[in-house]
Amino acid sequence: MSLSTATINRSTVNEKMMKTLKSVFNKVTNTLILPAVGIAIFLVLWSITASSIHTSLGEFPGPNAVVKQFSALYDEHNTEREKAEAFYDRQDLRNAKKLEKKPDYVVKTRAYTGKETFFDQILTSLITVTSGFLVAAFIAIPLGIWMGLSAKLNSAINPIVQIFKPVSPLAWLPLVTMIVSALYVSDDPMVSKSFLTSLITVSLCSLWPMVINTSIGVSSIDSDLLNVSKVLRLPTFTHIKKIVLPASIPMIFTGMRLSFGVAWMVLIAAEMLAQNPGLGKFVWDEFQNGSSDSLARIMAAVVVIGFIGFLLDRIMLALQRKVSWDKSSVSV
Amino acid sequence: MTITTANTMTNTASKITADNKKMTKEEAFLNISKIDMAFPTPTGSFTALKDVDLQIKKGEFISLIGHSGCGKSTVLNIVAGIYQATKGGILLKNKEVNEPGPERAVVFQNHSLLPWLTSFQNVQLAVDQVFSKTMSKSEKKEWIEHNLKLVHMDHAMHKRPDEISGGMKQRVGIARALAMQPEVLLMDEPFGALDALTRAHMQDSLMEIQKELNNTVIMITHDVDEAVLLSDRIVMMTNGPEATIGEILDVNLPHPRNRLALAENPEYNRLRSAVLTFLYEKQRKVEVIPTAKTTEKADIEQQKNNVA
Repeated sequence: MSLSTATINRSTVNEKMMKTLKSVFNKVTNTLILPAVGIAIFLVLWSITASSIHTSLGEFPGPNAVVKQFSALYDEHNTEREKAEAFYDRQDLRNAKKLEKKPDYVVKTRAYTGKETFFDQILTSLITVTSGFLVAAFIAIPLGIWMGLSAKLNSAINPIVQIFKPVSPLAWLPLVTMIVSALYVSDDPMVSKSFLTSLITVSLCSLWPMVINTSIGVSSIDSDLLNVSKVLRLPTFTHIKKIVLPASIPMIFTGMRLSFGVAWMVLIAAEMLAQNPGLGKFVWDEFQNGSSDSLARIMAAVVVIGFIGFLLDRIMLALQRKVSWDKSSVSV
Repeated sequence: MTITTANTMTNTASKITADNKKMTKEEAFLNISKIDMAFPTPTGSFTALKDVDLQIKKGEFISLIGHSGCGKSTVLNIVAGIYQATKGGILLKNKEVNEPGPERAVVFQNHSLLPWLTSFQNVQLAVDQVFSKTMSKSEKKEWIEHNLKLVHMDHAMHKRPDEISGGMKQRVGIARALAMQPEVLLMDEPFGALDALTRAHMQDSLMEIQKELNNTVIMITHDVDEAVLLSDRIVMMTNGPEATIGEILDVNLPHPRNRLALAENPEYNRLRSAVLTFLYEKQRKVEVIPTAKTTEKADIEQQKNNVA
């Protein structure tokens, strides 16, 4: 009798262990092994297809060629940096000498005007997309809140939003370029015209998802919560701060994440077409360059663009987690 | 409109209800004066309430009872100022009411706590607003804690609504309303969503608080026992559309009331059966028992009534 219960106990213990092992295994499979398998299959298919496509610029680059170009781009960046440093060193030296000879000499420093490397272009693109997005958010969120609060304003503005929402950035670009050149005239500009053009184009396109989601979020707040605010006679500003904003934060963030994605896509297209500095210009320059490495370098840019887009979304998600009171509403 | 019932227990009649019969409209603390309420619908105007007239004394506990859809919530919302009556009006201390305000605090059916604030912060929102000029920071803190203590929620002051039970949320909702120091406390089925045990517990708490603060209360309920246990008067409403007050029943049971002792009390049982008679004989809802075919129709009917 006792023997059999012991065996039963042992077998249940074994079962339990098997179960936990299984769940751990499942977790590892889902988060590590399966994505790795997917990527591996993609890489194999890529290299097989790539080797069978012959373009006027040579064979289409496979994964190997792209990795090689990555390190080439990195080396170029380092060489360029060294050159820049050397330039500034020379300039400082020269200025110091001049000052020695002539103490009242006004020191002139000139910026290094070498070619922008791949990594410089990434930085430029990131700065442009963030500024464009922030400008859009500063307009869109207050406007969305206002539209959500007032049904009348919503009916007045909604048609405009619906019409401008599907407009491609490429249609805006020529107009924005002309307006910027006409209106932004200054001898000592704070930012370059091309930066401003990209920024405005990005803002124009990323405005709409934020406006729509914010206004929906605000207009769908539980009427009981609004009644609480009415009974307390909260002044408008307190009402927005204490009730409206916290209640609609999840929808606002959904809009912001959509907008950031749109902004990143729009930016690359805008840079390409308008020859504004950034990753888009890098792609276009490489295409025009037409060397045997060009396609591999473009492909490297494509991978980087994808990764940055993914990272930006993750950053927004992390921000949402930090700000939102309802952690369960934050989903990947 | 008041039906004066043959009073078998005159010696125990509470002072409040005895005075009631002599109350004139000018004396009333809260005067619901002949209100009509019509809602516009796509098929024309729908009259939910017709000629609802009720005078309430300071410190009185009134229950509104009636079948669902009879417009009880509409009456409450009009008193709260959330709806505007199409005819007639509300006078509180002889001043007309036409917008919501903290002197008529509402305890909502589903607690309506802000889910992103703790119990303390939820009450604080009300206290900061109502006593912004009259209380110092430390006085406010003390007042918030006092109100949460009153509903026995001081142990979970810093928990958020999703971390506490339904009964506890309703307690915080009551604390928030009490913290406004309202002239009238309006409660819309405050315990409707709770299980029977929690509900009994909450009713006892409410009686305790009522004894201490002597608030003027209007409470909507579906529960006959609750109405008899808590009220000084039970206002029974007829079925809509054009719902109005059918009967008013004076509850002359002595305070403090004990639910166990009352179970044997003949007066209690008489009142209880009076309410039941009103609801299930005089105002029986002529409703087809929903079968598969009629359910949909009944649902539409129900929705139409719920508007009221």
